[in-house]
Amino acid sequence: MEIKRGSRLRNFHQAKWDEEIIFELSNEGERGILPPETDSDIVESVGGVSSLLPKNMIRQLPPNLPEVGQMRVLKHFLRLSQQNLGADLNIDIGQGTCTIKYNPKINEQIARSQKAAEIHPFQDEDSVQGALQIFHQMDLFFREISGMDRFTLQPSSGSHAIMVMASIVQKYHQVRNQEQRDEVITTIFSHPSDAAAVAVKGYKIITIYPDEDGFPAIEALKKAVSDRTAALFITNPEDIGIFNPRIDEFTRIVHDAGGLCCYDQANANGILGITRAKEAGFDMCFFNLHKTFGAPHGCGGPASGALGVVKQLEQFLPVPIVDYDGKKYFFRFDLPNTIGKVRSFWGVFPVILKSYAWIMSLGSEGLKEVAEIAVLNNNYLLKKITEIDGADSPFKGGKRRIEQVRYTWEKLYEETGVDTHDITCRMCDFGFHLWSSHHPFIVPQPFTIEPTESYSKAELDEYLDGLRHVVEEARKEPELVKSAPHKSVVHKIDESWFDDPEKWAVTWRAYLKKHRLKKKKSCEDK
Amino acid sequence: MSEREKPTHPYIPNSSPKVKREMMREIGINRIDELYEDIPERLRFRGEMNLPRPLRSEQELRSHVEKILSKNQTCEENISFLGGGCYKHYVPAICDEIIGRAEFLTAYAGEPYEDHGRFQALFEYQSLMAELLDMDVVNVPTYDWGQSASTSIRMAERITGRGEALISDTISPDRLSIIRNYCSPAMEIKLIGHDRDTGQIDIDDLKSKISRTTACFYFENPSYLGFIEEHGEEISQLLHENGSLVVVGTDPVSLGVIKPPAQYGADIVCGDIQGLGNHLYFGGALAGFIATPDEERFVMEYPSRLFGIAQTNVEGEWGFGDVAYGRTSFSKREKGKEFVGTAAALWAISSAVYLSLMGPKGMRELGETILQRTGYCIKRLKEIEGVAIRFDSFHFKEFVVDFSKTGKRVSEINGFLRGEKIFGGKDLTQEFAELKDCALYCVTETHSKEDIDKLVDAVERALS
Repeated sequence: MEIKRGSRLRNFHQAKWDEEIIFELSNEGERGILPPETDSDIVESVGGVSSLLPKNMIRQLPPNLPEVGQMRVLKHFLRLSQQNLGADLNIDIGQGTCTIKYNPKINEQIARSQKAAEIHPFQDEDSVQGALQIFHQMDLFFREISGMDRFTLQPSSGSHAIMVMASIVQKYHQVRNQEQRDEVITTIFSHPSDAAAVAVKGYKIITIYPDEDGFPAIEALKKAVSDRTAALFITNPEDIGIFNPRIDEFTRIVHDAGGLCCYDQANANGILGITRAKEAGFDMCFFNLHKTFGAPHGCGGPASGALGVVKQLEQFLPVPIVDYDGKKYFFRFDLPNTIGKVRSFWGVFPVILKSYAWIMSLGSEGLKEVAEIAVLNNNYLLKKITEIDGADSPFKGGKRRIEQVRYTWEKLYEETGVDTHDITCRMCDFGFHLWSSHHPFIVPQPFTIEPTESYSKAELDEYLDGLRHVVEEARKEPELVKSAPHKSVVHKIDESWFDDPEKWAVTWRAYLKKHRLKKKKSCEDK
Repeated sequence: MSEREKPTHPYIPNSSPKVKREMMREIGINRIDELYEDIPERLRFRGEMNLPRPLRSEQELRSHVEKILSKNQTCEENISFLGGGCYKHYVPAICDEIIGRAEFLTAYAGEPYEDHGRFQALFEYQSLMAELLDMDVVNVPTYDWGQSASTSIRMAERITGRGEALISDTISPDRLSIIRNYCSPAMEIKLIGHDRDTGQIDIDDLKSKISRTTACFYFENPSYLGFIEEHGEEISQLLHENGSLVVVGTDPVSLGVIKPPAQYGADIVCGDIQGLGNHLYFGGALAGFIATPDEERFVMEYPSRLFGIAQTNVEGEWGFGDVAYGRTSFSKREKGKEFVGTAAALWAISSAVYLSLMGPKGMRELGETILQRTGYCIKRLKEIEGVAIRFDSFHFKEFVVDFSKTGKRVSEINGFLRGEKIFGGKDLTQEFAELKDCALYCVTETHSKEDIDKLVDAVERALS
């Protein structure tokens, strides 16, 4: 369908190189890089592989890695990068819950410096005072942001922080001889990891569903608590963007039953400086530095989950924590009931460093402004998207939404047969990403939009034009939408390759075995 | 000087007063605070977050952060012999070039269409690692070796339906602590001893502890203490006869020269890819891999993303997607396998670039040069009176230097070395009772002969 005059939509086409798999580029004898040679003195002194390894432990056949010259390797991965859309290139508001915002380039430059990249975790404390200062400062910052009393920066991500919170819950009840507490309560609109990463620690998960307004049902919570309740793991606002105004009642009910309250603040982007874990009565919370706090997502990590606790739980934190005596920064391992280590060394330093710089650029007032504008942008989109015939936002609880909204294409689907997945595939023809939502799909034909504070109004309007255009296409030319993408990197993928053990191939060698050799063999058999 | 109007923050375009007013009008509010009217007053934070004065100018921000970082002394300014799970290997320029690309750096979870590049790069990472490991399935990496070992052990628990893991006691104590936490309360952990002279696994102890509840035996090769375990095949046979699995943690950097664990019977192999094209970052650039055979009983137990290749409806085009997504917690919440989420993908892309550059010959040459430099360093240090090398076995990259006969503490020696701009090996005194006054030294291809000679000379002087 033609792009309407006056539309902000782009006549886009993504880079399409038809790039080979790296193994297909191999030419015997080509080299990509040369490691340094060993001094002849050393070779004379100690010999080679055969004298330095036990005979039965020497690798006989070299690994079947490709042999590719340097420029071609560079070109290959550059082309792959061009076949990818990052937030730096698209209006990345279609991945709700994930807070895809601007990641300042200055922070990248700083993090690339040798003073950050070339320090070893086992160096003496006095040789890494800069790094330790960053850890300590971040602890102090997050205390202010959350009202908690102490933070660890050891967890490697949000889901990891959830597992660590569950470990602390377990240790807390063990120490109090309350090991019969084997149930954890969460809500269906909290992240899947609030159930899954807790279950890893052996907990039975009780999931609360929303009432018709979209608030987690408090009556269901009252029924769920007992002397088996270990903790509550909950997000607020939940993934649908509605703030639960009775959250302090939730924490009170769980506390009264003897459980702890754990706050998933992976995404706190709409409430920085507005409302805190402390006032809501939580015992623990965590923030994703790669979401709310400006560090990039890196195709799915590295990440970092800063985990904070109230005073009485400090003794359970993973060790070490970082302290400051007024002169020097140092590690402390002396926590009496520590759960131990949860990650090798101290934390994901480059991510922590980038977030430190991000917070320092904004300060208290700036963080609050981030939240306010993120919510302003979100409510602007809410108005505009619900005006699109075919889209709606279910749940009528609350007057506003906080940082994101879960929408539905149910009406459009019923009218046209075009579903969320089709729209997702068509949106990328215009350089946009649109995600459905976390499973299970409680909301039919869902999508979740989170504009953050980073995108200008003009960009939000461009994205809206994209949605409107595709909706119009769904009504006029549904086949065009259903057969999308047409202008992306590749065309409709044959999904039958992913769930059939005979067919799936997680590596190139598995592909060759299953699809090439087999084919060759069946030809020969004929 | 005239008062400047407070400028809009460069990261928040719609805080421009004009745009902001326009959007507020559109929504129908007069004050921004109306956006928060669903939050009851008792939950509102009305105080001020006590944060430092913001550095809104990029120039000031840069000099502030750089001033803090300048307190760090680096492994470039000093010669470092520290390892123990985080290694200084050379990082090719192209690795940094590629993972600095905005398209990769700022992408997250796009569809396999507009994010085709991310899927292909990670599929290639899996494929390249698979060649190095000689196994057919490798995951999109998890946080670190500690996590990949923990998950490998939990996979063994689910595959065998048994609740006990045996673990070699020469494992890194750090990693053991991670495993203990992650496997509790689901599993019992029992440690297997080693030969005091060689470090090799005590097979009699292993035999005595293997039982019908043994899900797996986990050991590391090369071990945390740097020596090479030579009895992998015999050990694997023992475990397999008992219906148990063999889980091996390995340093992928070693596999150009050392036999990969799959070739001596390992069922699940794990480890860290930091050494394959990633910087030290104070231990912040770790990423844990898991590899298995391409059998359903293994594949269906991974919690991780597994990217698979596929055809599209256009001849000759490659597409990608999630293999067996239904096993993940994204699909099934607590009914999925453990949990999955954001972990360490960018480091995997760097490793994919690294392995593509190195090729089979590069990995072999790298392995050989590390063996030789390690061998040379061991040989030279041994010549110093009172200094001994623990564990009479072959070593790759790391080895234990015993100073107990010198009358000096490791901390004293390392203090002296610091003055010579050398970071001495990691003190093992607190980590292993039998390794009092011992240090774990690490030598890689980045250590020249001069660096090693300088170390030996400095140690001699430290002891004199």
